[in-house]
Amino acid sequence: MSTETLSAEAPATDETGEARHMNMIEAINSALDVMLTRDSDVTLLGEDIGYFGGVFRCTAGLQEKHGKTRVFDTPISECGIIGVAVGMGAYGLRPVPEIQFADYIYPGLDQLISEAARLRYRSAAEFIAPMTVRSPFGGGIFGGQTHSQSPESIFTHVCGLKTVIPATPYDAKGLLISCIEDNDPVIFFEPKRIYNGPFDGYYDRPAKNWKGREDAQVPDGYYKIPLGKARTVTEGDAMTILAYGTMVHVAESVCREKGVAAEILDLRTLVPLDIEAIEASVKRTGRCLIVHEATRTSGFGAELSALVTERCFYHLEAPVERVTGFDTPYPHSLEWAYFPGPVRIGEAIDKILSE
Amino acid sequence: MATAKDGKGGNRPPLELHVPEPHYRPGDAVDFSHLSIPEPGAQPRPDEACDAKETHHLCDDLIRVLGDDDQAHGPWNPRLSPDTLRTMLREMALVRAFDMRMYRAQRQGKTSFYMKCTGEEATSVCATHALAADDMIFPSYRQQGCLIARGYELEEMINQIYSNKGDKLKGRQLPIMYCSKRLNFFTISGNLATQLPQATGFAMASASKGDSRIAATWVGEGSTAEGDFHSAMTFATVYNAPVIFNVINNQWAISSFSGFAGGERATFAARAVGYGIAGLRVDGNDALAVYAAERWAADRARSNGGPTLIEHFTYRAEGHSTSDDPTAYRSADEQDEWPLGDPVNRLKKHLIALGEWDEDRQAEQDAELDAMVKTAQKNAEKNGILGHGLHHPFHTMFEDVYEELPWNLKEQAEQAIRERAIKWPEGRPKS
Ligand SMILES: Cc1ncc(C[n+]2csc(CCOP(=O)(O)OP(=O)(O)O)c2C)c(N)n1
Repeated sequence: MSTETLSAEAPATDETGEARHMNMIEAINSALDVMLTRDSDVTLLGEDIGYFGGVFRCTAGLQEKHGKTRVFDTPISECGIIGVAVGMGAYGLRPVPEIQFADYIYPGLDQLISEAARLRYRSAAEFIAPMTVRSPFGGGIFGGQTHSQSPESIFTHVCGLKTVIPATPYDAKGLLISCIEDNDPVIFFEPKRIYNGPFDGYYDRPAKNWKGREDAQVPDGYYKIPLGKARTVTEGDAMTILAYGTMVHVAESVCREKGVAAEILDLRTLVPLDIEAIEASVKRTGRCLIVHEATRTSGFGAELSALVTERCFYHLEAPVERVTGFDTPYPHSLEWAYFPGPVRIGEAIDKILSE
Repeated sequence: MATAKDGKGGNRPPLELHVPEPHYRPGDAVDFSHLSIPEPGAQPRPDEACDAKETHHLCDDLIRVLGDDDQAHGPWNPRLSPDTLRTMLREMALVRAFDMRMYRAQRQGKTSFYMKCTGEEATSVCATHALAADDMIFPSYRQQGCLIARGYELEEMINQIYSNKGDKLKGRQLPIMYCSKRLNFFTISGNLATQLPQATGFAMASASKGDSRIAATWVGEGSTAEGDFHSAMTFATVYNAPVIFNVINNQWAISSFSGFAGGERATFAARAVGYGIAGLRVDGNDALAVYAAERWAADRARSNGGPTLIEHFTYRAEGHSTSDDPTAYRSADEQDEWPLGDPVNRLKKHLIALGEWDEDRQAEQDAELDAMVKTAQKNAEKNGILGHGLHHPFHTMFEDVYEELPWNLKEQAEQAIRERAIKWPEGRPKS
């Protein structure tokens, strides 16, 4: 994060405040704190988020500061959590429900897909569902198949929902504030593997933390990163790499190690998608690699690949490649054979460059 | 900004949002005298064939058999032989010894995760003894006692916990998510409460085929908030399914006390009333009462009397899992003050009072059980521990997604093996 991009995206105002080091958990906590302070309609609810502050500590201290009726624990019912958030939105609140793990969002799908996502359309905008559903997602923590999934494409397939995935603490805060202020329902997936530090894809090397990184310098106050704007992580001509969440960091480290000057775009929001940035980059580089951790078949990479092919076909010098998780549940012991790590990404880069 | 309509709604009083709060938080002195704990033996025992309504007063009571005098009291005394009592005591102690060693194994980095059931051993071990061996168990994740009571080999359990090459589940599942079709123990899901409608469906199938097997399922009180719980109850009452719902009310769901599942207003057993099925509420730390209640429900289901909901009132004596630190949200005194004592200790004292056991034998048995677990652990470790290379071969990752391997998984399996060769051209280094 350079200061230029900071000022380009979000002009610093008095509200922005001093920047200091935060990991992604602290940045999310700070975004929630800022919004609870600014807007008395913002209400946080979810399993274990109140007194305890959440199993990943993202809401630590917020109940104590903002009170029990604005930050509270819920029954273990994802259908109930999202359903009551629809009702709270109908009253005029801005609920921010947490689903403890993305893998546990499925019991809430009817309320999300048939209700939250459709309220505006079916009531001709008389009722809206201005909620932001936060949930940790993705693998890399030996969580087995029910603490590791990346279900984003289930949601990107639903019209009426927005899907947002940050890759840095700075983005996490600015994007989350935008999501909370957005009048439509947003799924905000937090890549849990990088809560405490960026990940280069090498599970057998010492874990890194966010210390010392520009993108972990987070202003204390209010600032927004607009939805639908990708971030250029590295500039380059060799190829365009489209990624989001944890895989942004893995792709970056692979390119660095291989000495490949790729233009890596961190999509940040899948819906709405920054199609202009994608088109401009691919037309310039003529090559495109898509990287995500989710299973391959009907993954978001399929949508990206179709869009790039439709819009950039005559500029392409090699077929679009996808690097993804395998089409299996996330296995426990073979987690690192499943994960789309440096070897899988490296092979795809070589293949694209050999065309 | 959303505001109250018409200022404050004319002269109508302002509403208030109630958010439950547990009695005690860290540092608070604990006094459980508000809990009404009735005398053992005081609860009537209706006939198994009774109208469901006749059980409903028991939903606000607490079935207890073992008294402070260590004797068995009242009509719910199952009158088990000393041999059966000793077997249940042994298995509960084995569960505890197993939990202690596996917890330590996780702390030593041999696996990723573990969950103890300390204080809740009776609710699985003794309930399983009340079932027939071919009755189908649909467990949640804290029912290692069911498997141990059905004689599952410890080494198999540890192989699963280590996700090693001996693991029958091929290293796919999170530790403790066991499965044993041979022992009629359904595969455990990480997603809460899904097993409840499944148990109902199994019971409906058994009934539709004129079979004699029933189904029993377990769920934490916190998880009864899930829609699946209510679907299961509705189907069970509609089809009079031969199924037993064991709700383990151990007071806590991670950091949320039972009030967040509705426990401030009614008991969990009382949900049986609305669905019109039989309901029992039992002292879950009383091995005899647990056995008796489960046996009552099993006999009722087996004679086409339909489903029973049993609330086992107990206490989660330790953290939720190895990922949890309960001192962050509840008073450390709760466990010591828990008025229903410890299930292992209470059964031990009963057997001693009967003249059928003594402290020396208990100590000997504890040592023997610990040695048994240690041996099983050593043997399992020959098959590897998590993350040290001794796992199932890569291609097994792609099997069982479907019955047959489709083209995409064939290609991906080849890719996984190729990636391994790129990563370790000389084979995986020994660690
Ligand atoms: C559908 C779903 N939502 C949330 C979770 C996360 N989770 C795992 S265990 C647990 C608490 C369950 O408490 P309870 O049912 O009381 O059982 P206990 O752990 O006390 O045995 C939660 C919220 C989950 N596994 N599945």
